[in-house]
Amino acid sequence: MSKIQKIVILVLILFAIVFPLISKNDYFIHIMTLSFIWMIGVYGLNLLAGFTGYLSLAHAGFFAIGAYSLGLLTAKAEMNFWPALFLSLVITGVLGFFAGLISLRTKEHFFAIYTLCVGYIIYLVIDKWDSLTEGVRGLIGIPAPANIGPLSFETLHSHYYLVLFFLLLVVLIMYRIVHSLSGRTYIAIRNSEDLAQTIGISTMKNKLTVFVISTVIAGLSGALYASFVRFIGPDIGSIAIVFDFLTYLLVGGIGTLSGPIVGTLLIVVLSQRLQFLQDYRMLVFGPVLTLLIIFYPRGIVGAVAAFGQKRRGQVHKSNIQAANLPEEQVKEG
Amino acid sequence: MEILIQQLFNGLTIGSVYSLVALGLTLVYGILHIPNFAHGALYMMGGYITLTMMTKYGFHYWLAIFISILVVGLIGVLMERFVFHPLREAPPIHDKIAAIGILLFLEAFAQFVWGAEYQSMPTPYGQVVEIFGLTFTMQRLLIVIAAIVVMILLTLFLKKTFTGSTIIAMSQNREGANLVGINTNKVAMLTFMISGGLAAIAASLSAPINLVFPGMGHLVILKAFVIIILGGMGSVPGAILGGYILGFTESLGATYISNEYKDIIAFVLLVIILSVKPTGLFSKGGH
Repeated sequence: MSKIQKIVILVLILFAIVFPLISKNDYFIHIMTLSFIWMIGVYGLNLLAGFTGYLSLAHAGFFAIGAYSLGLLTAKAEMNFWPALFLSLVITGVLGFFAGLISLRTKEHFFAIYTLCVGYIIYLVIDKWDSLTEGVRGLIGIPAPANIGPLSFETLHSHYYLVLFFLLLVVLIMYRIVHSLSGRTYIAIRNSEDLAQTIGISTMKNKLTVFVISTVIAGLSGALYASFVRFIGPDIGSIAIVFDFLTYLLVGGIGTLSGPIVGTLLIVVLSQRLQFLQDYRMLVFGPVLTLLIIFYPRGIVGAVAAFGQKRRGQVHKSNIQAANLPEEQVKEG
Repeated sequence: MEILIQQLFNGLTIGSVYSLVALGLTLVYGILHIPNFAHGALYMMGGYITLTMMTKYGFHYWLAIFISILVVGLIGVLMERFVFHPLREAPPIHDKIAAIGILLFLEAFAQFVWGAEYQSMPTPYGQVVEIFGLTFTMQRLLIVIAAIVVMILLTLFLKKTFTGSTIIAMSQNREGANLVGINTNKVAMLTFMISGGLAAIAASLSAPINLVFPGMGHLVILKAFVIIILGGMGSVPGAILGGYILGFTESLGATYISNEYKDIIAFVLLVIILSVKPTGLFSKGGH
């Protein structure tokens, strides 16, 4: 990481910390907290789709599993928030493990179709299993996170910091994964699975690990959502949510570390600014998604990186993180 | 017994619609290797255009369907030209995302133009007919017959005409087809046109017994994917057969297992198939 990058990151974190103090409007803090929650989910999707090359359309399902696990454990079983959070991550991970075990044997188109169906099954089960999930009525009365010693999370501000903490944690984990040997392995799998296998990478084991991590992160995002919004309905498991995630990811930059933050923030802020976009946002974002994938497959972050690269005359090509260069790598492979 | 026959007939009706949708999907997949997630949106557009033509402009049902076929076919061609053609060399993940983008757009478009509420389509064939003591609605009979006629016409077109053979040739080997002088761009556009037209027919036929709304394509397209995986991706007879199998399974499942969970049947079927054979049933080697 260059010095400038470090400074930018520090400034951003500082800004995120002081944001609630300078913002007079509670509504903005509410929106920011929500976008942080989305970002976490988008990071989950990014690890799998962006770095390993497997487009999972089941992630709204895992988001919903995380949310419902937490909701049911706290609201119905009246468990303390923290063990419930841990348990809901375990539940998502275990279900993710089994879903991954089967779905990862399929490739490319089959994987996308398979996960689309898995997502739909999860949605339908939540919708129809009235006795457990309350069905279409939705689950109400989910409590706020329990106090840790003197720390209470009842207020909007404290909740904001809690979600910010988890977001930073997820970003840190992502950074560590992507810059580790495992991260390189995942990128190798994305670029050419056969080649990766030939050089001795156990592709199935790695893919399954990524899948489980990715679902757990989606589950975390769901659990945080449930405790923040306090009400969940089956709609959070619908395909529309995974499409939202995908839009955030693609606008920001798939397969990049900062993409999920840039994309989510931009679209959420834009949607807020342009109120008419609320209902018809896909009228704009649908074509944007399509045009981006044609002209800027790596989103805003990718386009900026490519622009910077051109300006430097591609001298420092080796300095640029491999993670930021999916296209070139594909062609080399 | 009566219930069984009634359910078998319902299965035949639903199966006909599924087969038509799956046919369009499988043609595009077989020739261009694009899993067109936007196909469900084409189906939905077909429903709305027929409805608008009938209610707003007072066209006859058949004329409305004809216009709908043309319009949706044209949307298909535009999709191919502006989106999938530029992406033909890109990694496979891009096609899928682009298709999803189109899907989102068309759905939002329908909601913008026609509103989010459910609408019902009038039909000139609302009568009830009685055959061997069983009652059927005309519309359902019409769905079955029209679907079969369309399938026969499509098969004849693919097998007996020169243009049809170019489509088959291209599905077998794109480069080879190009080498022998087939204009692959034209064939790709034609394929999308036919695919869109089939979706429009399916939607226009089934809309009077279901409803028209922006999300009407969701379940249908998912099931069409299940069907083409069941029947071998890219296979025309497979799509037809798979459509009817799923139609029967669902209507029998709804009666004898659970009406609530009937929509899950297709997906569970798919999960089982792909668990046993990750490349799908009847898949041809490579692609």
